[in-house]
Amino acid sequence: MPFIPHTDQDIQKMLDVIGVSSIDDLFDEIPKHLRAKSLDGVPEGRSEMEMMQLMSARAQQDAGALCFIGAGAYEHHIPAAVWDIATRGEFMTAYTPYQAEASQGTLQLIYEYQSMMCQLTAMDVSNASLYDGASGLAEAVLMAIRGNRKSKSRKILTAASLHPLYEKTVKSIVTNQDIQLETVVCGDDLRVSQDALAAYEGQDYAALVIPQPNFYGALEDVNALTDWAHAQGMLVIAVVNPTALALISPPGEWGAQGADIAVGEGQPLGLPLASGGPYFGFICCTSKLVRQMPGRIIGRTLDMDGREGFTLTLQAREQHIRRSKATSNICTNQGLAVTAATVYMTLLGFEGLGRVARACHVNAKKLAELLASIEGVRVLSDAAFFHEFVVELPEKADLVLKRMAQASVLGGIALSELSGQANPNLMLVCVTETKTDDDLAKYRDALETSLASKGDVSC
Amino acid sequence: MLIFEKGQPGRFATSQAPKASGKCDDIPAELMRKTPAAMPEVSELQTVRHFTNLSRKNFSIDTQFYPLGSCTMKYNPRGAHKAASLPGFLARHPLAPESHSQGYLACVYELQEILKDVTGMAGVSLCPMAGAQGEFAGVAMIRAYHEARQDHARSEIIVPEAAHGTNPATAVMCGYKVVEIPVRTDGDVDLEALQQAAGPQTAGIMMTNPSTCGVFERQIEDISRIVHEAGGLLYYDGANLNAILGKVRPGDMGFDVLHMNLHKTFATPHGGGGPGSGPVAVGERLLPYLPTPIVGRSDAENGSRYHWLDQDDLPDSIGRLSAFMGNAGIILRAYVYAILLGREGLHRVGEFSTLNANYMATLMQQAGFQLAYPERRATHEFIVTLNKQAKELGVTAMDFAKRLLDFGYHAPTTYFPLLVPECFLIEPTETESIDELEGFVEAMIAIQKEAESSAELVKGAPYSQPVKRLDDVKAARELDVAYQRS
Repeated sequence: MPFIPHTDQDIQKMLDVIGVSSIDDLFDEIPKHLRAKSLDGVPEGRSEMEMMQLMSARAQQDAGALCFIGAGAYEHHIPAAVWDIATRGEFMTAYTPYQAEASQGTLQLIYEYQSMMCQLTAMDVSNASLYDGASGLAEAVLMAIRGNRKSKSRKILTAASLHPLYEKTVKSIVTNQDIQLETVVCGDDLRVSQDALAAYEGQDYAALVIPQPNFYGALEDVNALTDWAHAQGMLVIAVVNPTALALISPPGEWGAQGADIAVGEGQPLGLPLASGGPYFGFICCTSKLVRQMPGRIIGRTLDMDGREGFTLTLQAREQHIRRSKATSNICTNQGLAVTAATVYMTLLGFEGLGRVARACHVNAKKLAELLASIEGVRVLSDAAFFHEFVVELPEKADLVLKRMAQASVLGGIALSELSGQANPNLMLVCVTETKTDDDLAKYRDALETSLASKGDVSC
Repeated sequence: MLIFEKGQPGRFATSQAPKASGKCDDIPAELMRKTPAAMPEVSELQTVRHFTNLSRKNFSIDTQFYPLGSCTMKYNPRGAHKAASLPGFLARHPLAPESHSQGYLACVYELQEILKDVTGMAGVSLCPMAGAQGEFAGVAMIRAYHEARQDHARSEIIVPEAAHGTNPATAVMCGYKVVEIPVRTDGDVDLEALQQAAGPQTAGIMMTNPSTCGVFERQIEDISRIVHEAGGLLYYDGANLNAILGKVRPGDMGFDVLHMNLHKTFATPHGGGGPGSGPVAVGERLLPYLPTPIVGRSDAENGSRYHWLDQDDLPDSIGRLSAFMGNAGIILRAYVYAILLGREGLHRVGEFSTLNANYMATLMQQAGFQLAYPERRATHEFIVTLNKQAKELGVTAMDFAKRLLDFGYHAPTTYFPLLVPECFLIEPTETESIDELEGFVEAMIAIQKEAESSAELVKGAPYSQPVKRLDDVKAARELDVAYQRS
């Protein structure tokens, strides 16, 4: 029996001790007519070998393309040690560290993770992580509504340059609590328009959401935006890419006072693309807001003998204590993902992270220049960008991308498919440190070939 | 020693970063980072050694029996992990075109079908990233259902008092008021109280079955009738699904919506507190509201094609719960677990988890420990109350829990459910052998003897761990949650 160790003798002995004649007797409190029939929708069991044959074939089906898609999930080199460490059984098969004395490994690691995230974002406090960047932003919005003492508003102002899937996720999570999101439009440079912002002057919103880099890869003028929001009595929620923070200004240093909450997707820190998860959301804030923070927080303390140790702290915010009055219904964090990220950040250090960020940026600029040299192709991102940029094509982006995919180059995403962007000819392209000059040349060739061979493809 | 206190300025794992590349002077100076972050400065070996040594300070399923009630700490098959870590799966971008996603989509589609069958429901969405998010999705669907019917008076969710803390917290996140109803001394819900609580203001009820009391709610069909007659819907918290997997289906008990914890029932690793995965399953009337995206299949002559179903296909959906599609890697592991066990294996899960719990409960009772519900059949877990030990010997459930660590056993869940004083909620799972079950009971007997002869010994435990009991009050009062370089 797969994973069930019982021998016939074991079963008989156990039944005798319990005093029943069959396992079925143990279900005698369940009404007979409710008992399940056979599970016809489930296939017969497989051996591990048969399972691996099936799974290898399926994994192979999806493999082999050169990927230039970003849009919230980024391909980076992952040091071999990262997952060798993270998948040690002692980390991977432990649970939430309720018994602190027997969980010091996980607890110290999360404390170190929190410390690294505070350093990277220049914020005071980090929690032990949330599910992903998008749901993390939803929690940040709820936090801002609770935490803004100057405003009674249940409205949040957000930039149109925010990732459209983040906006959708936030809406599905917060609208049941009568919280509204309003959007400030972007200018031609694909950044928040200062003119549009002026229209919100003097109005009551709990917070302004500022993405950096924004969904289009462009760098917002975060200092001006932060100061503007604070002058209006709004809190500032920064949505940031952790890799970029080794290069560009961290949320804690935005404007005169810094952002109040910083959230983002932790995936670039050593997690594979893996179809979108598991990733983790990070969330950091000023010490003023710590009691509004959702989820687990680890603190350093002493034991009975005065030895240093680590434990879950401020648990009075959480659902298992506060029940209906908790800051969130969140129970766990993304422990294993955070384990990987902590090893990743430790290996690279600030210098290594900076090199990754600079290599991404330099590579992205190289490809943008290569593409701009193709007739009919225009790079729209004229403001500075990090490692993603928007390209206008002479025909519909989804068709061009389909033809490129046939040549095993996943060239980006058509903006009209993800966002409300009306122009169907726009695509968003990402380049990271993993791409060589040969890869970039291959991209250019694939795009040129695709543009030369018009027409739809079936796939 | 913290990782920050090791190493030297300027040191890092040089082979892991690209060589210094060109300049970034096109970025305006005011947007550039000015102060470096004080990150660790260590070598690759120092990193590996530090975290390997940290891992050795953990209890885990791989190293210890871990009978944490309501958490289903069963063996996490290595094969599932290995299959989900195949390069083709790891490298797939979440927004890759369907032409480059058929292998992954096939797995997702088939898991949706398997979960429909084992729960007896009409539709499944794998989006929620944890049990708590599954609960949120479930209650949000209940709300969407009532709103679509213009039934705006429904403002309350009923929750039995023994429920997990996530249940009331979730109801509030969905904009509902929580009404708690009592549980009788035999562990079943107080039907009269339910009858009084249910009415035109009731949106639904959230419950687990078996309940957190470790017993099967025998009146489930009455509960279903009362709530449905009042116009409410039934939400099934799948925390305890392992107990009945292959034996009873929530859909057959009358539930309209449920979430499953793949990290419990489908053996995916708990990871030190996540990632989990909390898919939702619904009956016919909630189908339009499932969170997106979902995977659909179209059959043609040259074989099946799999495709995403998004908000355009399901306009009434409660929407997205993550940027992409939940914890995809966990979904793959659960799929592998399901196809390894197959039809026969899934039937056995409920049977053997129940056999193990009943055997342990009987041994504990024979050894003189007090079961919270001695008249009832245990399910996949059971509750022992150490109230007598606390009163007569001054040795609490906490003390027993800490002393168990010295005996090499992870403690069961303590002080939950809240309505049983000084309790242990013990869940052995089906993957433990009779040897471990007996070993645990022997340890409990030994600790009982210690408590009788030298209570102080037990109250000072643990002695074998890297630290003794920690000062939680200090941790909260003198908050130190991040290292500051002095």
